[in-house]
Amino acid sequence: MRLNDAIFGIVLLIFAFAVIVYSQSFPATFGQSYGPDLFPVLIASGLAVCGLLLTLKGWAARRKTPWFESGDWAKDWHKLVTFALVPLALIFYILFSEFLGFLPTASLILFVLLRRFSVGPLAALGIACATSLVIHTIFARFLLVPLPWGLLQPIAW
Amino acid sequence: MDVLLTAIGLVFTPYVLLVMLGAALFGLFVGSIPGLTATMATALLIPITFFMDPVPAIAAIVTTVAMAIFAGDIPGCLLRIPGTPASAAYADEAHALTAKGQAERALGTSLVCAVIGGLLGTLVLATTAPLLAEFAIQFSSFEYFWLACLGLSCAVMISTGSVLKGAVSLLIGLFISTIGIDITAGHPRFTFGSVEMMGGISFIPAMIGMFAVSEVLRYVASSRQKPQVPQQSIGNVFRGLGPVLRRYKLNLVRGGAIGTAIGVLPGAGADIAAWVAYAVSKRFSREPEKFGSGHVEGLVDSGSANNAGLSGAWVPALVFGIPGDSITAIVIGVLYMKGMNPGPTVFLNQPELIYAVFVAFFLANLALLPLGFLAIRLARQVLRMPQRILMPIILMFCIVGAFAINNTVFGISIMLVLGLLAYIMEENGFPIAPTILGIVLGTMLEDNFMSSMIKADGDLLGFFSRPIALSLGIVTLSIWFLPPVIRALRKRSQRFSQ
Repeated sequence: MRLNDAIFGIVLLIFAFAVIVYSQSFPATFGQSYGPDLFPVLIASGLAVCGLLLTLKGWAARRKTPWFESGDWAKDWHKLVTFALVPLALIFYILFSEFLGFLPTASLILFVLLRRFSVGPLAALGIACATSLVIHTIFARFLLVPLPWGLLQPIAW
Repeated sequence: MDVLLTAIGLVFTPYVLLVMLGAALFGLFVGSIPGLTATMATALLIPITFFMDPVPAIAAIVTTVAMAIFAGDIPGCLLRIPGTPASAAYADEAHALTAKGQAERALGTSLVCAVIGGLLGTLVLATTAPLLAEFAIQFSSFEYFWLACLGLSCAVMISTGSVLKGAVSLLIGLFISTIGIDITAGHPRFTFGSVEMMGGISFIPAMIGMFAVSEVLRYVASSRQKPQVPQQSIGNVFRGLGPVLRRYKLNLVRGGAIGTAIGVLPGAGADIAAWVAYAVSKRFSREPEKFGSGHVEGLVDSGSANNAGLSGAWVPALVFGIPGDSITAIVIGVLYMKGMNPGPTVFLNQPELIYAVFVAFFLANLALLPLGFLAIRLARQVLRMPQRILMPIILMFCIVGAFAINNTVFGISIMLVLGLLAYIMEENGFPIAPTILGIVLGTMLEDNFMSSMIKADGDLLGFFSRPIALSLGIVTLSIWFLPPVIRALRKRSQRFSQ
């Protein structure tokens, strides 16, 4: 996914403006002209300047570089779904790991991704379960990370 | 001397040695798989080192990285796909040698030069860092402010791609570092009422996101074909290497020196070191016409440079807390978590730990010789490892790693957001290294600026009131303002001459 520099420039300008406005709500330190808002405002000003330059550069090059160039993979429906699956897997883990528990969540995510990458169903199932168990053993047993048990709480070992 | 003996004692324990062996195998594996970088190996390793004492933790990182950078040469040589960006400079050259049926010569040269370059870099690290630390002990917040500025400016100037995009990348990193409770007034900034945001953006999930998750996304988006592993058998890689090394001994030292020097500069690491060393090698070669057609000379220079760059990057990291590359940026985060805040005081208070780092570096580079040999032998099996199985497993490790730092899923959210950000940035030519440096150095920059302002009572001239601060300030300002001034002058003189 490639975008024209001007699009980044405009996004940066809006972002910088929002940061500067929001920073005005920070309380001033008594007796000083510089407080917690100083650094964010300086950074945002820098971003605004860069954003402006990028916009100008992108505008100047608009004939050579299109506004939006998706790349081959995004035209390919199949690939697009695969790409979306990665962030979706993470969001699924964030939302459901506490309730389902680590082992079921991880196995499910791994199984779905492996299947999507066209690994055979039996192999995918085996790899998903084995990997989840190994990771669970390393992190929960040896490194004492409290990975959630969730549904499996009654048979926790 | 006592300190050195204590340090050797700290490293030569069965536990540390075992950790180093494990880390070495991990590093060789990750490095030799195209698409998995040495930085990614470090980011994935952090959640595990999190639970170790400082010495094994650092030894593990040092070993992993040294191994991974060499192992990146293996697929570069056999498949013409560099295993890590640090091997990209000479992958063509090495593959040309393979095409001529000289894969052994290419791999053997890479291995031995990596070992020698690594040892040279370590030697420089071990001799200069303590001296610099003695000097740096007099630094106050003014000097540290300028040092941080200097480091960040270097990162923008040297980064790959345009300076403008480098600057955007740096500012994004600096902005991320302002999220959370502000250090001087204790006011929550950009937290939007979230308690988890108050602690700021945790560094480790951010790293895992930017280096590992983004890589998984890139794999999914690319239509990478399964590489064809050549059937050529690899014999004894050390045969006939003596004459090569004797002939190019000057290149070996030059590559090591260039690598270390570039490693020291913030923001430039092993990959840039290899490019520069290769270019220098070609420029000063007696037979530059042979470059590109499978000539071993360039391999000597750049193979030694990238491994030397690794240890060079530790000099500013240990002495000033300013990372020399993205790997040491991660290391600094780890050191802070271990309560071993980088800076000259560590050299005074815990010199044995610093020397343990040096010992680990020497040991890792020496161990590279037999282990690298083993990796070359096993290369064909490793390269056959299907990535479609590897990538989901890596993603799972990322999830657990991001969770393990604070034991909340909030870390996974940070990882996701920054992973997507890094992916979009890289796709559009924004370098990632300046963002990392911004996140690491942002707090230090603001902290030192604020305390300097309070000391100087708001007088900006205070930043130039001490001799070292003055010179650092002048250097920084000239990095900012000289290039555009020179460019403008040149344009004017061109116009006049026309």
